[in-house]
Amino acid sequence: MGMTMTQKIIAAHAGEKSVRAGQLVEAKLDIVMGNDITTAVALKEFKKTGAKSVFDKDKVVIVLDHFTPNKDIKAAEQCKACRTFAHSMDVKNFFDVGEMGIEHALLPEKGIVSPGQAIIGADSHTCTYGALGAFSTGVGSTDMAIGMATGQAWFKVPSAIKFVLTGKPAPWVSGKDIILHIIGKIGVDGALYKSMEFVGDGIDYLSMDERFTMANMAIEAGAKNGIFPADEKAISYAKEHGAKEPVIYKADDDAEYDDVITIDLSKLRPTVSFPHLPENTKTIDEAEKEKVYVDQSVIGSCTNGRLSDMKIAADILRGKKVNKNVRTIVIPATQQVYLDCIRLGYAEDIVKAGAVFSTPTCGPCLGGYMGILASGEKCVSTTNRNFVGRMGAKDSEVYLASPAVAAASALKGYICSPEMIGGNE
Amino acid sequence: MNTEGKVFKYGDNVDTDVIIPARYLNVSNGDELAKYCMIDIDADFASNVQKGDIIVAGKNFGCGSSREHAPLAIKCAGVGCIIAPSFARIFYRNAVNIGMPIMECPEAAKEINAGDRVAVDFSTGVITNKTSKKTYKAEPFPEFMQKIIAQGGLVKYVSKKINGEV
Ligand code: SF4
Repeated sequence: MGMTMTQKIIAAHAGEKSVRAGQLVEAKLDIVMGNDITTAVALKEFKKTGAKSVFDKDKVVIVLDHFTPNKDIKAAEQCKACRTFAHSMDVKNFFDVGEMGIEHALLPEKGIVSPGQAIIGADSHTCTYGALGAFSTGVGSTDMAIGMATGQAWFKVPSAIKFVLTGKPAPWVSGKDIILHIIGKIGVDGALYKSMEFVGDGIDYLSMDERFTMANMAIEAGAKNGIFPADEKAISYAKEHGAKEPVIYKADDDAEYDDVITIDLSKLRPTVSFPHLPENTKTIDEAEKEKVYVDQSVIGSCTNGRLSDMKIAADILRGKKVNKNVRTIVIPATQQVYLDCIRLGYAEDIVKAGAVFSTPTCGPCLGGYMGILASGEKCVSTTNRNFVGRMGAKDSEVYLASPAVAAASALKGYICSPEMIGGNE
Repeated sequence: MNTEGKVFKYGDNVDTDVIIPARYLNVSNGDELAKYCMIDIDADFASNVQKGDIIVAGKNFGCGSSREHAPLAIKCAGVGCIIAPSFARIFYRNAVNIGMPIMECPEAAKEINAGDRVAVDFSTGVITNKTSKKTYKAEPFPEFMQKIIAQGGLVKYVSKKINGEV
């Protein structure tokens, strides 16, 4: 029986010739990551193991991104604990204010993750690095603690669903629209415990940024990981960012899949997820008919805070003014993206349009700060979750969309297609 | 290991944002988190729950964020077991890792009602509804996970393993 891409990477890291779905293995880890919220819990558990040092100070990554720059005293105390720990363990990849970015945009950008690696992160969107052809999955703080102490984690080998993407996406259809469409199709538990493997000629049309967006949201379908083959584009991305030498794993021809789903990208439309689950998707045409007036538009997060996302926002907002009823908040995901936005003039376009342009942070994405919603308010957002209360009051609403839709809606005042405001992609 | 208590019942896709909203994540102490447990889905939960009580919910329980604060808040609130047809995978891992018993049993999850009195035997996987007098058999945990739960979580398990005690 052949193995999937994911199974091959797990087998290699577990020191097994082959593994099958359902098998429990202990695997060696290339990277163990945590953020200010999860590391704060993990370091307590780490101490309980009795370990005196982390298994490898080059392979542990700690990023202070959720409530930073600190939103309140309690958050500051958590960051202080993480900082003290990182310094005492001499963790090389420790990113504090001034250097940090949202973890899942930062790690690939800094060349910390590479094709073929096995990575755990105490953050559910750790699945993002699957875009590079790595096995990467979100875990909790205890797993992070044990990972830091031993360099290992236990895994139940996942089965997989193969998504064959064909054709070229139509204008204004981005990786975000594709993944929202997929989640709408299979549901928020459609890939529970499984890998989502993306293949097909359609992926040639997807930029690395778009692939990161898609792999990022695999968890929103319940998946253990999302993964793309490490093709030329992924390999050159890794090399350009100074990552370790890629190791390429291909799925066997006779690999077994629970399901094979073919999606013709040329048929998709920009897609929006309505409250309160990412699976509640509608096409932009259906959404427009409902005239959903929004109070806020957020463009950023580990899903859509990369440079190409900022470019789309700037291109749409340039020379225009956001609707006066829409508080528009644009958050580049990393210091590098922030700097590039300044250098390329995007920051100016965005600010002149009447939007806020923020330092990198998760901020409002998880309802931390920097754009919390009052009761009854609605927000169109490029983030990844629209659960009850995710961005603020229990009865506020979040609509998930691409940066193009979020920017266009900021101008119009209601959720609309970028086609409505003219201009070409 | 067993638990017996009153049932609190919820629907499908109970996510970690309603179990413990991010606005309370600036602390990591379990007893502190327990005060806000389930607050966005059931504001009275924390004040009504008693030691040993049981949460019965729909599919994909615990979906969303990887925050271990979610199973921790539930455990520290005194909940003895969570029964659902399926759990989101990170929640499942976290529950096992911190020693919070969970049972996958679609039939029990469907038929047990809020307020029922239910007993769970972890070693056999038998769930007994004392109110309706019905019993169910849940999938038992793989041996490896049973060991972790019996030791009170992964950290204790690993430190004992390091010392050659298990
Ligand atoms: S941007 Fe949002 S989803 Fe991404 S890591 Fe931060 S809080 Fe999590």
